[in-house]
Amino acid sequence: MKEGYELIYKRPKALVDVRMHYCPGCFHSTIHKLLMEVVEELDIQDKTIGVCPVGCSVFAYDYLDIDMQEAAHGRAAAVATGIKRMLPDRIVFSYQGDGDLAAIGLAETIHACNRGENFTFIFINNGIYGMTGGQMAPTTLEGQETTTSPYGRAPDKDGMPLKMAEIVSQFEMVAYVERVSCDTPANTRKAKRAIRKAFEFQMKGLGTTFIEVASNCPSGWKCTPEESLNWLKEHMFPYYPLGVLKEPSKKKKGNAARRTKTE
Amino acid sequence: MPFKGYVEISIESCKGCNLCVIHCPTDCLALNTSDTNSYGLHYAYLTDEDKCIACQNCSVICPDAAITVYKKVE
Amino acid sequence: MGEIRFMKGNEALAEAAIRAGLQGYFGYPITPQSEVIEYLAREEPKHNYVLIQAESELAAVNMLYGSAGAGGRVMTTTSSPGFTLMQEGISYIACTELPCVLVNVVRGGPGLGTIQPSQGDYFQAVKGGGHGDYNTPVLGPNSVQEMIDHVYLAFELADKYLTPVVILSDGAIGQMMEKVTLPEPIPYKPNKPWATTGKTADRERNILTSLFIQSEAMEKRNLRLQEKYRKIKENEVRYEEYQIEDAEIIVTAYGLCSRISKKAVELGREAGIKMGLFRPISLWPFPSKQIEEIASGDQVKFFISIEMNAGQMVEDVRLAVCGKKPVHFYGRQGGIVPTPQEVFNSIKEHLK
Repeated sequence: MKEGYELIYKRPKALVDVRMHYCPGCFHSTIHKLLMEVVEELDIQDKTIGVCPVGCSVFAYDYLDIDMQEAAHGRAAAVATGIKRMLPDRIVFSYQGDGDLAAIGLAETIHACNRGENFTFIFINNGIYGMTGGQMAPTTLEGQETTTSPYGRAPDKDGMPLKMAEIVSQFEMVAYVERVSCDTPANTRKAKRAIRKAFEFQMKGLGTTFIEVASNCPSGWKCTPEESLNWLKEHMFPYYPLGVLKEPSKKKKGNAARRTKTE
Repeated sequence: MPFKGYVEISIESCKGCNLCVIHCPTDCLALNTSDTNSYGLHYAYLTDEDKCIACQNCSVICPDAAITVYKKVE
Repeated sequence: MGEIRFMKGNEALAEAAIRAGLQGYFGYPITPQSEVIEYLAREEPKHNYVLIQAESELAAVNMLYGSAGAGGRVMTTTSSPGFTLMQEGISYIACTELPCVLVNVVRGGPGLGTIQPSQGDYFQAVKGGGHGDYNTPVLGPNSVQEMIDHVYLAFELADKYLTPVVILSDGAIGQMMEKVTLPEPIPYKPNKPWATTGKTADRERNILTSLFIQSEAMEKRNLRLQEKYRKIKENEVRYEEYQIEDAEIIVTAYGLCSRISKKAVELGREAGIKMGLFRPISLWPFPSKQIEEIASGDQVKFFISIEMNAGQMVEDVRLAVCGKKPVHFYGRQGGIVPTPQEVFNSIKEHLK
């Protein structure tokens, strides 16, 4: 460091110092970074347990310096339920993509939300199956071309893209739902605040917290990282608007008490 | 008066996505198109330290947490 | 002395799990084992375990995975169609090496089948059941008392070998009532340094995964599993013999069929036929060596496997006998329980 200067930002220590395998510009990396920044800020590295999905972020445990479990495809919500119920004083999150959370794991997602499981969903929605090579996801937009919808998603054949944040915000036991993105520094800062709020609500035992990230997939969308930001603004945000969909009501006391059966 | 600062970018961590470059409000970052890191990727670098205002936009948007930011003590 | 009670198999199993220090139960109602979750739900307020009625067996087994990984002493119970759904999770749990207990109170299949007792899931249980190379210890109780004893044993084996353990019961054992002696509750103090309980400053992070993308690493994990299975085969074979010493006809049967077959052996002895019963208690590891030794006896004329299926365990008996003696089979399917007389008659057929 040069003399007369102070350090104001550096890579969080809880983010393992290795090169992440994600494509250039992919928000998975950004969200990993934000998660670990929040973990450091809240000083909960020793209490946080994550659940990896099947998808591009299947190796998240290589990068996040916390205890983690790898779930079967779609089952992260059930695995996180098992962990949180065993260890109610820990901070638990499931990290899932759209195929994982909204297709194969929809039942687990919905029922965990309906029970108000007191963990945080980090839902990365990029409208496509990244890892398997750009196939149609349950969140693929109408008309969007993918390798399995080469002529564009046709609602009469494929149905409409699922708005997961809107869906889960309907559940009584869900405390907090926000859709965020990382397309600009301002939105990225908001995304971090949302993750932090979700963890704080979880620590108060308020119920399920759900952060949907309107994410990108430069490789799957076949564009540059910069173009992917434009595509987000032009196509994703109009259908998946950013913002808070649900916040805990002031009166709510939290349901942590009925769950405190510690080890 | 805006702050003064400078950034350090880890050449090996950078994947050349260019997101920091396009979000720098003072245009003091660029992609080095004449050199690559060991992965064969062009990397971002600070072109003009005098222009850096330590706003952290680059470090916030950087997916790979490759940027360290320093601010001049007032 | 333990407490003596008159109990239903499923309820006895649930009570035994509580006494063995159960910390988490995840299940989905399915006949004929719903009494387990009902009993545990009734008793929950008095004890310190977590109970969730999951949205499916698929969710239940993955809750089991999560909670086992978090260091809990955990269990699920189901019946045949549900056990099929759980196979995904069992494969993951086996590869990740997490201790837990799964109980299958078997009913007749295939498909939706029937709610009557069956042994049609023998193959699924003892040959792994899900994808990939793995096995799980499988215990076959034949009484309500063993529904209790096997729960204790299953938790012990699970912790000792870091593996899911299956109790393969059936609809009759689950539903019938018998006098039982309940063991004293044991204080459960887990020592699981590998569990995901939060990375403290004094250790590296714990990662529980069954993903090994490099073939070399995947093979390494496979070899580690096989080494573990070798140890289990060496140490955990369990069986029961009845009038084997001078027997010319060896009846092999497990679970409910072993009780019926025991009666058939008695009918045989009364008729002057030298019959004996060999009953595998651990269905995996299978008591192959013991059967092979019996098959080497000069007086032995043939083996006959009695099962409530189309002939599944008989294949393991044949492998063990290894051509030394003929191996016959008699079975009923679809939820039908054979009578001792019927079994005896089927044996007599082979004496003609």
